[in-house]
Amino acid sequence: MYNGWKIIIGLVLFVGLVIAPFIFSGEKATAKPDPKVDTPEILKLPENERKCVESKEYIKREHMKLLNQWRDWVVRDGNTLYTSSSGKQYTISLQNTCMECHSNKKNFCDECHNYAAVKPYCWDCHIEPKEKES
Amino acid sequence: MSINRRDFLKVAGISTILGFGGISAADAVRKNLVEASQVMPNPKALVGERWALVIDLSKFKTEADYRRVIDACHNTHNVPDIDNPKQEIKWIWKETFEHVFPEQEDEYLAEEIKHLPVLTLCNHCDHPPCVRVCPTKATFKREDGIVMMDMHRCIGCRFCMAACPYGARSFNYRDPRQFINKEKENPEFPTRMKGVVEKCTLCYERLAKGLKPACAEASNGGIIFGDLEDPDSEVRKILSTNYSIRRKPELGTSPSVYYVLRRG
Repeated sequence: MYNGWKIIIGLVLFVGLVIAPFIFSGEKATAKPDPKVDTPEILKLPENERKCVESKEYIKREHMKLLNQWRDWVVRDGNTLYTSSSGKQYTISLQNTCMECHSNKKNFCDECHNYAAVKPYCWDCHIEPKEKES
Repeated sequence: MSINRRDFLKVAGISTILGFGGISAADAVRKNLVEASQVMPNPKALVGERWALVIDLSKFKTEADYRRVIDACHNTHNVPDIDNPKQEIKWIWKETFEHVFPEQEDEYLAEEIKHLPVLTLCNHCDHPPCVRVCPTKATFKREDGIVMMDMHRCIGCRFCMAACPYGARSFNYRDPRQFINKEKENPEFPTRMKGVVEKCTLCYERLAKGLKPACAEASNGGIIFGDLEDPDSEVRKILSTNYSIRRKPELGTSPSVYYVLRRG
C-alpha cells in the first residue's frame, strides 16, 4: 500500500474520535428514564383505584394526543367531563386532574422529556405542582 | 385456463364487496380510544344563550367597592400587577365616566357624573371585531355569547388590540409570572406567557362548575349576571324597568355589558 502507515494512523484517529463520546460518557448518558408514580397522593388511594385515566400503555404512547384533545374539548367546545374507556368520569384539566396525582413533575414529566430532548411548553402557563426539594 | 369477461366481472365484484366489508369490520373491532362522544359538559354548568352583565353604578361608592371586585377577578385569574401603564395587564378596571362613554357629549354634564369612576371590562360583543381580525381563531365567540381566548393559539400579533374599540385587551410584553404575588396565586388557573394577548373570559371556568363570574359574586349586587335571551332573567328585568346605556353602541358591536346609573 502506498503511504500505508499514514492511512492507517489516520483511520485509527478517525475511529477513535467517532467512538470517543460513547467511551467517555459511559452508562450515565444512556440510563433509561424511570418516571416515578409513587407520589403521596397516589399512595393515599386504595390499591385498586391507583389507575390513570387510561391504560399505562395508552398513556405512554398517546398522552400528548390525549392532552391536545382535552385542550380543544375544554377551551373550544366547553366539554369539561371526560369518560374514560373504563367508564369513569374525570374533569378535564392538566393542572387540576393530571397533576393532582402526579405531583412530582420533576420525576415524572421531566424524566422522559429530558431523555427524549423534547421541551413541551405546558409549564410556560400552567402552574406546576409545588414540590419539596429533595 | 382462460377466463371470459363475465366471470372476471363476477370475481372482481365479489372481491370488492368482501374488501370493503373487511375494512369496516376491522374498524369496528379496533376501538378508537379518543372519541368525541366520550366528553360532555358538566351537568352543573350554567347554560345560557347570551350571557350579559348589568353594572349598577350606584352600588359603587367607595374605593373599596371597586377594589374588591377588581381584586376578586385578578386574583382568580392570576392577572399580573404591573405598575407601568404601558405594559399593565387588566381584565376589569376603572375609568372616568367621560372616558368610558365619550359619545355622551353632554356639554354641561354634572361634575360628579363626569368624573365618576366606572368599572369596565370586555363587553363580550354580539359582533366582536376582535374575533373578525384574529388570524388564528385564538379569539372566538362561544355559543353562549362569551368572547373567549384560546391562549394556546395566540401568536401575539395584536390585531385584536387594534380592533377592540374598548381597550379591553392587554398584551404581555414581559413574562407575567414575576409580577404575580406567589401567595395570592390561584393554583387552579393557569397564568399566561410572554407574547400573548389576554382579556376577561367571563369566568368560563367558573360557569362550567355552576358558579357566577367572580366579579358578580364579589360586587354585593353591583354587577348582575344573567342571560339576555331569557325574558325571566334578572338582567332582562332590570333592563326592562331602568334606563341603561352601553359603550359605543353606534359602532354596531352590540356589547353585552349594560350600565345603569341607579336602579328604581
